[in-house]
Amino acid sequence: MDKLLTFTVVGVATAAIYAVIASGLVLTYTTTGVFNFAHGAAGMLGAFCYWQLRFDWGWPTPVALLVVLGILGPAFGVLLERVIMRGLAEASETVRLVVSISLLIGLIGLAQIIWAPGISRPMRTFFQAAAPVRLGPASITVHQIITIAVAVAVALGLRAVLYGLRLGVAMRATVDDRSLARLVGVRPERVAMAAWALGTCLAALGGILIAPGISLDAATLSLLIVNAYAAAIFGRLRSLPMTFVGALVLGLTDAYLTGYLPQNQYLPGLRLASPVILLFLVLLALPNPRLRGRLRITPEVPRPTAAGAVTFAALVVLSGVIAATTMTEPDLLTYARVFPVGIIALSLVPLTGYAGQISLCQLSFAGIGAVTVAHLGSDGNPAALLWAAAITAAVGALIALPALRLSGIYLALATAAFAVALDRWIFTLPRFSVFGLFDVALFGQGTLSVAPLEVAGVGFGGARARMVLMAGAFALAALVVVAVRRSRFGRQLLAMKDSEAACATLGMNLLGTKVAVFALSAAMAGVGGALLGMERGSIAPGTFELVAGLPIFALAVVGGVGTIGGALFAGLSLHGLLPLLAALLPGVTGYLVLLPGLAGIGLGRNPAGAVTDIRDGFAPLVRSPRVLGPTVALVVGWWVLRLAGVLTNWPFALLVLATPVGAVVAAQLAERPRAHDEALAWEWRGLLRRWSESDLEELDRALGPLGAGVGGGPA
Amino acid sequence: MARLEVRSVTVRFGGNVALDDVGFVAEPGRVTGLIGPNGAGKTTLFNVISGLLSPHAGRVLLNGSDLGGLRPARRARAGLARTFQQLELFGSLTVRENLRVAADLHRRWSRRAGDPARRTEDLIARLDLHGVADVRVDALPTGQARLVELGRALAIEPSVLLLDEPAAGQDESETGRFAVLLRELAAEGRAVVLVEHDVHLVMATCAQVYVLDFGRVIASGTPAEIQRDETVLAAYLGNVPA
Repeated sequence: MDKLLTFTVVGVATAAIYAVIASGLVLTYTTTGVFNFAHGAAGMLGAFCYWQLRFDWGWPTPVALLVVLGILGPAFGVLLERVIMRGLAEASETVRLVVSISLLIGLIGLAQIIWAPGISRPMRTFFQAAAPVRLGPASITVHQIITIAVAVAVALGLRAVLYGLRLGVAMRATVDDRSLARLVGVRPERVAMAAWALGTCLAALGGILIAPGISLDAATLSLLIVNAYAAAIFGRLRSLPMTFVGALVLGLTDAYLTGYLPQNQYLPGLRLASPVILLFLVLLALPNPRLRGRLRITPEVPRPTAAGAVTFAALVVLSGVIAATTMTEPDLLTYARVFPVGIIALSLVPLTGYAGQISLCQLSFAGIGAVTVAHLGSDGNPAALLWAAAITAAVGALIALPALRLSGIYLALATAAFAVALDRWIFTLPRFSVFGLFDVALFGQGTLSVAPLEVAGVGFGGARARMVLMAGAFALAALVVVAVRRSRFGRQLLAMKDSEAACATLGMNLLGTKVAVFALSAAMAGVGGALLGMERGSIAPGTFELVAGLPIFALAVVGGVGTIGGALFAGLSLHGLLPLLAALLPGVTGYLVLLPGLAGIGLGRNPAGAVTDIRDGFAPLVRSPRVLGPTVALVVGWWVLRLAGVLTNWPFALLVLATPVGAVVAAQLAERPRAHDEALAWEWRGLLRRWSESDLEELDRALGPLGAGVGGGPA
Repeated sequence: MARLEVRSVTVRFGGNVALDDVGFVAEPGRVTGLIGPNGAGKTTLFNVISGLLSPHAGRVLLNGSDLGGLRPARRARAGLARTFQQLELFGSLTVRENLRVAADLHRRWSRRAGDPARRTEDLIARLDLHGVADVRVDALPTGQARLVELGRALAIEPSVLLLDEPAAGQDESETGRFAVLLRELAAEGRAVVLVEHDVHLVMATCAQVYVLDFGRVIASGTPAEIQRDETVLAAYLGNVPA
């Protein structure tokens, strides 16, 4: 009985912290419509700042609290709103998601720059010296009392603000109808700013309360606070009272599992994963959203030609061969990861780009694939790759079942929950046996070595051979994705993204289609992970964590998630550009971790993305054989000179990079007059050049039959 | 040949009764009109028939067999097709691809289906969409976009066709040609249900008209009878004191 009471007290205290954090999340979500994935990271920053002031610099507690909660927290919230979130009101859900995920990545990176990881930073609880208060047979510490009191105060305070103050009325009005609120004199920007200031403050408060109980580590803290998201989902991201109930459920579950879970080596992870498992279950229990979409301008999803795809694949393989024959061994080990990571990013193209389903657990699928080849392919047997594809496809199909009911932010959360459950529990399991039938070993609580592939006696153990293998695999995966886009299945995926309601009323089996695309995507990610494992030689659970996978997702969206180029961009940025910059500018290496986050945040400012412009710039290279032929010939020429020893590595690298850029510039210069001519605006025709019969035909076409045509200028 | 019958359908949204004991019959080979002021429940009724919304009471019968509990996809396979008042086109696909998706789906579940590519081209020709066949539907004006939705519905060769304001956004001459097309579609044996605000189009095509107001059927009959009905006039013009 005292045990029950003791753990109830612990549970209620934990619940109080979750409630504080979750109510901040609900506040910002309801007033601005942005689900802030970085809410936890803001709390983490708050905890670090407090540690800095209170424990490192030794400021008095009240001063430190006042500075963090009264100045830094609100200021940071206002900054976020002004600089990042304000432009997102009109952005698509995927863009919003990517921006806040990138913010999470960026803040973790920032914290690790300021407070170097790996150093112990102890934090004392409030009034640690004071004796616990006896509570019948159990006892409660003063810190716990303060925590619970804070949560109660936050609940009452929020209620008072929302229903008592003019600001609160304005907030609720903005939630209901932004434009109507503006008409009656509410300024939504101000309301949003207040909500972000208050929300960030609550996150920081929660971070300060929770940090003493665990280690002060940026990633752990940011993700531990993810637990609080589950509480917010209990309230369907809207209801504060339900959010508090959710927090109570989570806190008590956690405490009772600590107290009553049998002590063995399999179950400690279950306790750590319990909040995300609850999150997953609550998401499934949410009422089914109505099956309706609406017509909106959807981003272009190009339909590559077969010839273009084959050319692209050949170029990828060629670049792999060139790299393999010119790079040093350490460089090869670094840069070859571009391709397997590219394949993992490529797995998002059919899933997110075509079908519009968001998944944050692609790297977890990759982990499952890697574990599979580590165990089944220890002799380099290529069949293990097929096993990796098959097993991950099966897991992916399972994940698709909740996807039938969830979309957008909820699906993102569900897949993130799945990833965290794997990280915290499944991947840490020791060897176990299923019904005594067969043994399953995952990571076995350590690292696993992955044997290189061996096909028909040809081993891929050497770095050079592996580089070619990886490039070839990426090329193959790209061809598969292009084939999907061009197929009946690909059209149906795009149709499903645009309108599930129409698909259903045309007789499409939505569940089957979603299961198929999740299985395909998971299988691709699994093979990518298997290859990544081979490239690395050894794998550990940390390789495939949620946090490691977020940059891949963000950069694939930045690069264009409907395109092969976008996936290659993600791989190239993470494992090409970043190591290259680190090698060129050793002084700023520490700051490079911010780049993926910044790229994603930039997406909010310019949703089409700078990458689209770059891609369009390179279009002539791929489109016109007259440009492509000489370019490839030149590059191959430099390569021959390099192999013959005439060129050294640096000039060679410069020439190889400069050649396509030069070719594109030359092609644009050559194309300009003609392109200019074609696109001549109507009002100049007949003036700048003679009016012709073809102009008349074009005008007719543009106006369409009986004036009901496409409208606009020449297409 | 299929006959659609709706019997005493009731739908409530919270405390609001959107449909109250609504019933009507659509015979094959004829265009049946559903008219009524905005908010009368016409689109809600279509959502019930196509299975996007479950009614609190009432039945939907296709050739006498109850469709209750069937999901939208099963109803499509049973022979129902619809268009949407707020367009639900596949915006990132071209006109041709929009029709082709539907034709492909039909091919998967129907033994009678012909070659989907052929079917697609036939529909493009029939609806006069040649000029825009390779244009993304996002870029189309509403009038043409509604034609694409009609074509997409026809691609699954339905026996009952539910059209939700298909002529909105068309000009007068287009509506004239559209009326001819509607009569043809019905004459080929389909039961066509038409929700429409354009009274001329309704009068020119429908054999039977049902008038909805505040979720109830307040009148039914031939177009000529409806035009003379005083309850209908009151519903449209407000209560004129007698």
